[in-house]
Amino acid sequence: MTTTTKSVAPASEYKPGADGRLLQVDDLYVEFHTAEGVAKAINGVSFDLRQGETLAILGESGSGKSVTAQAIMGILDMPPAVIPSGAIRYCGQDLLTMPDEQRRKIRGPEISMIFQDALSSLNPTFPVGWQIGEMFRQHRGMNKSDAYAQAVRLMERVAIPGAKDRVKNYPHQFSGGMRQRIMIAMAIALDPAVLIADEPTTALDVTVQAQIMALLAELQEERQMGLILITHDLGVVADVADRASVMYAGRIVAQAGIEDLYARPAHPYTRGLLESIPRLDQKGQTLAAIGGLPPNLTRIPPGCTFNPRCRMAQDICRTEEPALRVIGNQESRCHFAEEVLNG
Amino acid sequence: MADVILKADNLYKHYPIKGGVLRTTVGHVKAVDGVSFELQRGETLGIVGESGCGKSTLGRVLMRLEEPTSGTVNFDGVDMYSQGGSAMRKLRRDIQIVFQDPYTSLNPRKTVGDIIGEPFEIHPDVVPKGGRKKAVQELLEMVGLNPEHINRYPHQFSGGQRQRIGIARGIALRPKVLICDEPVSALDVSVQAQVINLMEKLQDELGLSYIFIAHDLSVVRHISDRVGVMYLGRMVELGTEEEIYQRPTHPYTQALLSAVPVPDPTMRGKREQIVLTGDVPSPANPPSGCRFHTRCFKAQDRCKVDDPELVNRPDGAGEHRSACLFAEPRVIVETVDVSDVEVDTRFATTDVVDIDAFGDDEGVLPADATTVQQRSQVVGESEGPLDRPTDTTRLVDDEPAEHRDPRV
Repeated sequence: MTTTTKSVAPASEYKPGADGRLLQVDDLYVEFHTAEGVAKAINGVSFDLRQGETLAILGESGSGKSVTAQAIMGILDMPPAVIPSGAIRYCGQDLLTMPDEQRRKIRGPEISMIFQDALSSLNPTFPVGWQIGEMFRQHRGMNKSDAYAQAVRLMERVAIPGAKDRVKNYPHQFSGGMRQRIMIAMAIALDPAVLIADEPTTALDVTVQAQIMALLAELQEERQMGLILITHDLGVVADVADRASVMYAGRIVAQAGIEDLYARPAHPYTRGLLESIPRLDQKGQTLAAIGGLPPNLTRIPPGCTFNPRCRMAQDICRTEEPALRVIGNQESRCHFAEEVLNG
Repeated sequence: MADVILKADNLYKHYPIKGGVLRTTVGHVKAVDGVSFELQRGETLGIVGESGCGKSTLGRVLMRLEEPTSGTVNFDGVDMYSQGGSAMRKLRRDIQIVFQDPYTSLNPRKTVGDIIGEPFEIHPDVVPKGGRKKAVQELLEMVGLNPEHINRYPHQFSGGQRQRIGIARGIALRPKVLICDEPVSALDVSVQAQVINLMEKLQDELGLSYIFIAHDLSVVRHISDRVGVMYLGRMVELGTEEEIYQRPTHPYTQALLSAVPVPDPTMRGKREQIVLTGDVPSPANPPSGCRFHTRCFKAQDRCKVDDPELVNRPDGAGEHRSACLFAEPRVIVETVDVSDVEVDTRFATTDVVDIDAFGDDEGVLPADATTVQQRSQVVGESEGPLDRPTDTTRLVDDEPAEHRDPRV
């Protein structure tokens, strides 16, 4: 099965850099211009992604993690969204400045995305096979029956039982886990180099979540995709990611290899999060909570964005915004990163 | 026998499925299908299971928001389902509920004072009319909200604050039992712990018994004394927190536990994973024999015929209730006892606080920098991981964070 899955993909005109770098987000800003004011959703986010790597973007609601994904995919509603500055380079080419025509050819064949809510992301009025086949009809110029055949092949690849019989079924005839498999089938249809998964298992039960995460890991291994996993779940990240970027109020506040991030966190927010989650493997745990709430993005506090909730905050934190700087083999946006790391 | 406050016996809740031109009943969704358990006074009983297992229906039936198809609930010596109107209303004082979704379970057109005060309208003899505002303000303080915000509307509060309002309403009549249906699952990670700690504090202070319904096995382990695992309308395993998490004997419990990711990358690949195939069957047409046999990795021919009872079965160290013909203990999670480990409170706090410096309905920054600093310092002063403040005035703190961009 694995051998045939590769066959339809024509050679891509995009080649990753010598270091395997596929995607590079450089000092990206995104704002939403609303009646209540300007919501600064993303404020100078930079990261890169290599072939075969899993990068987790960790954050709570409002941290800007999904907006980052939508900016990369080019599916932000503009307006109200505005991208005042920054660059998103795919194999060296800036997606933000290229013509729409060219970008459309990247969306799907090169970079694709899985959404959280499979039910509302699929069209209820068309059979799932038709929707998967659309990728081939649109991008590969296939006829209807060939596209259906490809849809069956992909449904088999994502382990949907009885794919041949179910290819003409509608989304509502599938369970939540199966619908998410269909989303994955659509996303990998054209053999993309980069796959963005935005909370792919949040709406699913834990046993189904395990199945879906195993499938994603298998597909990534098989195709050497770069995977961006967007989630708030520290457990899922620990299980699959190579590196993680922690987002807070539209900024990356910490970035590290996965083992360092959990064992030696260098930002008070990361440390606080780790203290505040109940763990399945611990008994008699005392939970410590981070007080307060993430800030309203139309009124981001001066200084460090985390300072009102930070128990370590000093005067400097209230006036000067710290830069994301390198501490050992990780990065932290904290004036006292050394103390957090070593304390 | 310890002090049992609530005892459910053989509860059934079947919903008819109507079909055909005459809308006749063609079948039943067996949401709750023979559930028995007891709740001890002052304990937390966690109910876990995947969506569709009937755990929320169970909560609603226990509240008598829905009449059961059959079965009894004995609440503090009274047969709940045989009570008439006024007696039932009186009984409801003692058993209250907190709902999952803090966004839809509060009436958007009522102020917080009206919402929390509504139980006093229905039960006017609890607090005399003149004392109600004060009673509501006390409740707000107890759940860590600012009593001055009594005239605000739900939309002016964040999700975590709204859940506190739901809890304040739930405890207004000083119930003996509080049914909590997924009370933290709609909340952000950093806010979940605030609400869990609040619920634990209220339990200590008011001597509440909780039925804590949730799908998150880590949260349930943290808060529960005993745990029941549900599958397709049945309780498949029931025991103490230790029995369920350290010596599970039912294959479904074992599979559930093995699927939960642990936030520790060094455990990657080292944990045993039991991957279940397929999906949960329809509760309208549950499998014969043991309901789990279609997905079970241990199923034998017998399991398709014999329906195992939830009875005590040996678990290696003793015995606890499990509904499996081939029940045997299996260690899925290597448990570390951290009850003596001191929590690092330099980054997060075990106090019940809710600091928020931003936002106001007028769209101005109300809390100037100094107030915020003072607040942080007050929080910072309390020492020791178990130092839960008893002085409720120190718990007060909140500001709304409305108008957050829903797309973000």
